[in-house]
Amino acid sequence: MAPLLKVQDLTTRFRTLDGVVHAVNGISYVLEEGEALGIVGESGCGKSVSVLSVMGLIPEPPGEIIAGQVLYQGQDLLKLDDEQMEHIRGREIAMVFQDPMTSLNPVLTIGRQISEPLIVHLGMGQEEAHRWTVDLLEKVGIPQAADRYRDYPHQFSGGMRQRVMIAMALACAPSILIADEPTTALDVTIQAQIVELVKDLRDQLGMAVIWITHDLGVIAGLAERVIVMYAGFIVERGHVDDIYANPRHPYTLALLKSLPRVDRTSGEKLATIDGLPPDLLGLPPGCPFAPRCEYVVERCVQENPVLEPVGPNREVACWVDVTTRRE
Amino acid sequence: METTITETPQYGLEALEAPPLSLRQLVWLRFRRHKMALAGAVMLILLILYATVGALFFTEAYGNITDTSIRLQAPSAEHPFGTDVVGRDLLARTIYGGQISLMIGLTAVLIVIIVGVLVGAISGYYGGWIDGVLMRFAEAMFNIPTIPLLLVLSKMLSDKVPTIELLGREFSGSVVVITAVIGLTSWMGLARLVRANFLSLKEQEFVTAARSIGASNFSIIFAHILPNTVAPIIVSATLGVANAIISEAYVSFLGVGVMPPTATWGNMLNGAYKYLETAPWTWIFPGSLIVLTVLSINFVGDGLRDALDPRALVE
Repeated sequence: MAPLLKVQDLTTRFRTLDGVVHAVNGISYVLEEGEALGIVGESGCGKSVSVLSVMGLIPEPPGEIIAGQVLYQGQDLLKLDDEQMEHIRGREIAMVFQDPMTSLNPVLTIGRQISEPLIVHLGMGQEEAHRWTVDLLEKVGIPQAADRYRDYPHQFSGGMRQRVMIAMALACAPSILIADEPTTALDVTIQAQIVELVKDLRDQLGMAVIWITHDLGVIAGLAERVIVMYAGFIVERGHVDDIYANPRHPYTLALLKSLPRVDRTSGEKLATIDGLPPDLLGLPPGCPFAPRCEYVVERCVQENPVLEPVGPNREVACWVDVTTRRE
Repeated sequence: METTITETPQYGLEALEAPPLSLRQLVWLRFRRHKMALAGAVMLILLILYATVGALFFTEAYGNITDTSIRLQAPSAEHPFGTDVVGRDLLARTIYGGQISLMIGLTAVLIVIIVGVLVGAISGYYGGWIDGVLMRFAEAMFNIPTIPLLLVLSKMLSDKVPTIELLGREFSGSVVVITAVIGLTSWMGLARLVRANFLSLKEQEFVTAARSIGASNFSIIFAHILPNTVAPIIVSATLGVANAIISEAYVSFLGVGVMPPTATWGNMLNGAYKYLETAPWTWIFPGSLIVLTVLSINFVGDGLRDALDPRALVE
């Protein structure tokens, strides 16, 4: 059977005044039904752009998807026109955004905002949509859901707003939920609640989840497979446990080292990755991570490695074997 | 408008227990503090009552009876505002003229809102060549001087439009022409305003979020973005009513606007300017009514501007 979502060689660029920004450079991945996939990487690594491309939400111009396919149930989403895409968005694939403070319309009641997809996609009448909306609000854990239907976003806290966003995304029971750093703007305690909520809902509804984050800790408890992105490339992918136990790309290794741990002895400094992610305006011919990499060899500067399988369900794009430090 | 929650006025402890103010309450609270706006609103209501309730005491036909034997009579018990150059009762004429003037103001602004919002919204939302074409068109319209255009168009068209009947009153075709011409020549400012707001609002994340749930462009423009920009539209429309009334008075004063016997405050002045000194009552009453109306509307507009501004504070 064909996978639920198959992204192939997706390449997205932005034409800006300064030049062409190579945001996503030919990434491929598959998402099976009901699976949870994590995409991690620093800010500016093309994580968000890659999923916005899938949703057809890249502003064009300046954005441009110049190559690749996004096969949803065998159908290439990149070939659909606006109207066909409207039937996919919210109905088949839904999305939760990073900042719940700005992703809700400040002048519409939350009831109005959640019921819109129900009316648009499922053809419900006002009353039925109202009932469903209250149901949804309860499901995402908003107390006194019926009373809060007519409230405006500013009457909710950040965590509650993110719950509203999730209710909105899940309204039509989509088969894929894309969560673009949904916990980044929230308190740590609220973060855990939101992660738990999505996990619960996923178990109930059986949808597939793509969870984007720069926090490897969040992914650990949630996703089965992880993709590590750097400078618009996938540099490593594999099962979450494998990657954590045994990172094979220097970037993944560095990311894991920079994670604060409870069992760390006090006084020890947190490891950081020196430097910044590369400017996506002009990528060097070699590996984009080479300038910051502690395993760098000469070949890295000249040639960009491609993803190579290094074990069952495990792929890495690196010239060096970090376990042996040999090429 | 998001910031309104931080603006809960400082009362005391009891305010903490009261439910938060709704936007409407907040606007009313701020509007109330604007004394001139409040006075303007009261005055405006009185003027509307004058033009509507007053009509119960006199028929329109009464206002149109000409009797040259009583021409240019000073105010008296029988004719409280005096009579005009052909002996018509000025009180009755200011009442019916007021209806026309106010109606022209409101209808013209309705046209302005429809055209201005549509052009501005489409222009700002879609951008690109659509924006280019619409905005160049608006600029071209801006460059045509309105008053001469009004004069030429109303002279050309006013006898070509048939008389219509509405709400039990007959309106000469010239009323329709004037309204349409004023409306169609004053939408550009609003269109620019709406466009500018759309340009910034469409970049907001909630628009992307709306698209992500499959909302159509139509729904995003009218249901998601437009409600975020009603405040400036309301203010602009309020002030637009005053401008439309002035424009109508202007062309009617010059004798090419609304044709007699239909009275408007403007064309009553037309017959009066020869008697500025000999029969001042012929221009004082319609003239003052115009000034009062326009002034009140402008005060109300100012008050609304402050009251609807989400950044304004309630001290």
